[in-house]
Amino acid sequence: MLSRTASHLYWMARYIERAETTARLLQVGARNALLPDIGGGFRNDWEAILQASGSLEMFREKYGETKQRNLETFLFFDAENPASVRSCIELARENARVVRTGLTSQTWDAMNTAFQEMKELHRTERSKLSLTDLAEWTSRACAQARGSIHATQLRNDGYHFMNLGFTLERADNTARMLDVKYYVLLPSLSYVGSGLDQTQWVTLLRSMSAHRAFNWTYRGEITAARIAHFLILNRQFPRSLLTAVEDTLDHLDHLARGYKNPSRAQSAARSLLAELAEAEVEHIFDEGLHEFLTRFMGQNAGIANIVQETYLTGEPA
Amino acid sequence: MAQADQNFFNEMLNGTDVRAAYENLDRWQANMPSDLRSLKQHEAEQLFRRVGITFAVYGEGGDPERLIPFDMFPRVFTADEWRKLERGIKQRAAALNAFLADVYDGREIIRAGKIPEHIVTRNEAFEKAMVGIRPPMNIWSHIVGIDLVRTGRDQFYVLEDNCRTPSGVSYMLQNREIMMRMFPQLFVENRIAPVDGYASALWRTLASVAPKKCEGEPNIVILTPGQFNSAYYEHSFLADLMGVELVEGQDLFVEGDFCWMKTTEGPQKVDVIYRRIDDAFLDPLCFRPDSMLGIPGLMNVYRSGGVTICSAPGAGVADDKAIYTFVPEMVRFYLGEAPILENVPTYQCAKTDDCKYVLENLEELVVKEVHGSGGYGMLVGPKADKAMIELFRDKIRARPQNYIAQPTLALSTVPTFVEEGIAPRHVDLRPYCLVGEKIELVPGGLTRVALNEGSLVVNSSQGGGVKDTWVLAE
Amino acid sequence: MKLRVRHVSRYVFDAPVKRLAQSHRLWPAETQGQSVIQWSVETENAVTGSGFRDGAGDWTQTVTVKGPVSEFTVTAEGLVETSDTSGVLRGHRERVPASAYLTGTRITGLTAELRMAAEAALEGMDAASPLDRAHALARYVSDHVVFAPNRTEPATTAAEALEGGEGVCQDHTHVLIALAHAADIPARYVTGYMLSTEDSQGAEASHAWAELHVHGLGWVGFDAANRCCPNEYYIRLGSGYDASDAAPIRGIVDGATQETLDVSVAVTDSARQSQSQRQQ
Repeated sequence: MLSRTASHLYWMARYIERAETTARLLQVGARNALLPDIGGGFRNDWEAILQASGSLEMFREKYGETKQRNLETFLFFDAENPASVRSCIELARENARVVRTGLTSQTWDAMNTAFQEMKELHRTERSKLSLTDLAEWTSRACAQARGSIHATQLRNDGYHFMNLGFTLERADNTARMLDVKYYVLLPSLSYVGSGLDQTQWVTLLRSMSAHRAFNWTYRGEITAARIAHFLILNRQFPRSLLTAVEDTLDHLDHLARGYKNPSRAQSAARSLLAELAEAEVEHIFDEGLHEFLTRFMGQNAGIANIVQETYLTGEPA
Repeated sequence: MAQADQNFFNEMLNGTDVRAAYENLDRWQANMPSDLRSLKQHEAEQLFRRVGITFAVYGEGGDPERLIPFDMFPRVFTADEWRKLERGIKQRAAALNAFLADVYDGREIIRAGKIPEHIVTRNEAFEKAMVGIRPPMNIWSHIVGIDLVRTGRDQFYVLEDNCRTPSGVSYMLQNREIMMRMFPQLFVENRIAPVDGYASALWRTLASVAPKKCEGEPNIVILTPGQFNSAYYEHSFLADLMGVELVEGQDLFVEGDFCWMKTTEGPQKVDVIYRRIDDAFLDPLCFRPDSMLGIPGLMNVYRSGGVTICSAPGAGVADDKAIYTFVPEMVRFYLGEAPILENVPTYQCAKTDDCKYVLENLEELVVKEVHGSGGYGMLVGPKADKAMIELFRDKIRARPQNYIAQPTLALSTVPTFVEEGIAPRHVDLRPYCLVGEKIELVPGGLTRVALNEGSLVVNSSQGGGVKDTWVLAE
Repeated sequence: MKLRVRHVSRYVFDAPVKRLAQSHRLWPAETQGQSVIQWSVETENAVTGSGFRDGAGDWTQTVTVKGPVSEFTVTAEGLVETSDTSGVLRGHRERVPASAYLTGTRITGLTAELRMAAEAALEGMDAASPLDRAHALARYVSDHVVFAPNRTEPATTAAEALEGGEGVCQDHTHVLIALAHAADIPARYVTGYMLSTEDSQGAEASHAWAELHVHGLGWVGFDAANRCCPNEYYIRLGSGYDASDAAPIRGIVDGATQETLDVSVAVTDSARQSQSQRQQ
């Protein structure tokens, strides 16, 4: 397969996943903003979220005040914000368009429909759109794309490149969301275990469609340790870091088998997976959750880089 | 149906009689309820849209997302008619290739005084970089599109030759596909020669010109300028049909003696490039230094025999309008045969006598720019107003060498669906001749039809449409 | 005369490039006026290939380097025995017809001024021999374009150079080509090396001049910058429509970067002292 084709498939998937993450962040922010401000009027959840997505400066320059309305515009509709839902959907569809002959008509339809509906939403009067509508639309559109890929695409190398896009981006996004919550949102360590802490966790879980799953799995009190376990180490939760890395390895194995050529990406993913499989929540907290997550994101990006070098440039080093 | 207009050859009617080849079709259209007709017309349009076949035919410009109208009434050639056309087309394609091989090597035809040297060597399409190069099998133009018009029962004229990268073949294939889906019965009632062998014939042709250095089955690719090109659909369609990669310049690179394709399994050698980009953009180290579409070093690999480029750079010198006049001479010179297909009589404004005649008869002539293509910079005398004619008179006087003129041709007509039923409309034909180890021609081509009543312009940018083209089996 | 040449081109990129590709025409061809005793072209860490002799009779070859590359050096050197043929190119095997060199490029394209200059140069010479006419054109260029470094750029056209009235050998050559075209004489750009003498104008070891196709004689070199025809002090490398088409090295890199090129050419009479000079 042409490296450029593989690259388009891979990035199409990454952008789909990223669109969903931005919508989740928007939801977390909106819900947190509803909470009473206990930080003495200085705390601003929105800024925290923008900081987490690395776009605070851009936002300030363009909009100034961090009002929800501006945030919605910025994170959902703004074509200049590369991480906005709209940018991600457009980029995903653009990547899809280039490799259209490699997609089933269902997959193309899903991508194209998302793109057309987004244009429609953009034309709709804003007072008629609630944030929940926007977030739900995003997860539906992304689920449709993911679903048609899963249900209709041939299980060839292209399929695995799309899935690598999903799993690598997903691992990164879960880690990022968790980091936002723990490192950025909570005003200070003294709030750990407080009511605010609890509520924020619930919000986070909700935004990841994981609230009920969590309750089923852990039954009872929400603690930082349990949440961390759930989002990092739980083998059942589809968005946990461990599951995402496991999926990444699975697709890398498929590629290596198909090409009859093992890759460095496999070994990198295998060692990251081994580390997670052995990890325990206490050790993670000993290391520091933020430090752990930062390290994880680095390792995950490392795998992505090897994938890029090995397969997507066409000229393996 | 009314009696045919005597001024134009009607391909279906002889006087009031329906010709044998069209009898089934005439019955078919007569029995078709008008609501079914519009239903089918709509269906056809939907099918075209769904496959995404929206592009302009080579050099016509215009909106690339535009759909070219499809007329459901097929155009029919009898086996006899086609036999003669086929021989003529193949003959012409062979002569054009012999000419290219000659002008980039010994220039025998110039030495023999049959073609003036300056028309060849001073031609914009002449590539100095190709002199002395001998492409595999000495074939230069692998896909020759020959535009033909018909003016009588046995009278065909060649309007122009396309030796570079003629497009539109995807229409020929899709038109047939759609007709077979919508009217399968027609294909039971009539014995219609299939055209779907085109893709494998194209593959065979390209494979047969693989470089000597290539061992085993050649790796063939189609090189496209990218998705924003108006013929991108056709590029990806042909790649799909042949099962070869559709690549852009950025997917290829040169190293050592070969050209390589960047794949997920590492570099893969490329043997034959069916390029759909212009010469000037192929290689910034040989042609335009600012080309972003090309592959640096490709021309050196090609010229040293590491890869084959189809068509050969510089092949355009054979299809230039100034060269056109000499094609019958080429047939005689290289093949020692009498030309089967005739040229339209052409006046060279560069010649004093011709120029005088042209200026005196502008109202009756079609004037074309030598280097232009596809209906732009063209004067259709009988359709032009006074101001337009005067404009061209000045242009010709200023730069006579840039213009040629031809009599207005009485293009044949084929029945075409119109609001009130069917009516004759003028058509032309572009068959696609493949030149490799063998010269092959699938029985059919792209018929373009001028949908506006009385119009002689078949270009899609000016109200032209397309039709399925049938060749009846023996 | 035996001339020793050392021609080093060093490219430095301020940001490493992903890939570098060059097409080289750095090999002097065998002609009556020159015979190669020894010649080599060296590149570091590069893959070379696709060598062939082109229709103009020049050996051409590709060089590629897979990045990251921050600098790259091409060294051509060798020993060539030359003799004076009064500028006439003899024994050069080429297949491009002279008439292919009648058409201008963006750089050598004709303007009304250039046509007028050609007419002025040839005034009263209608009956003169083709060779005399060619000399007249070369003389006109020598008279009307003063040698002056750094006043023109690589992209300066023939028309601009003539209007400005100054330039370097590249400009003299472009103007002469254009004037020849105006007079319907095939003309082309030639690159090569020259052993400078004390009185040679713009003593550049890396040099360019024009060849005009003179009826009855064939290609004849004219060095308008030096008011002479190439002799045993010259080594001919390659030809083309204009400077860019004839360039001994045509290259391109993959990556956004600033490129600094440092060329040094040394031509020495192997029997005498060395002479060297650098150009930036």
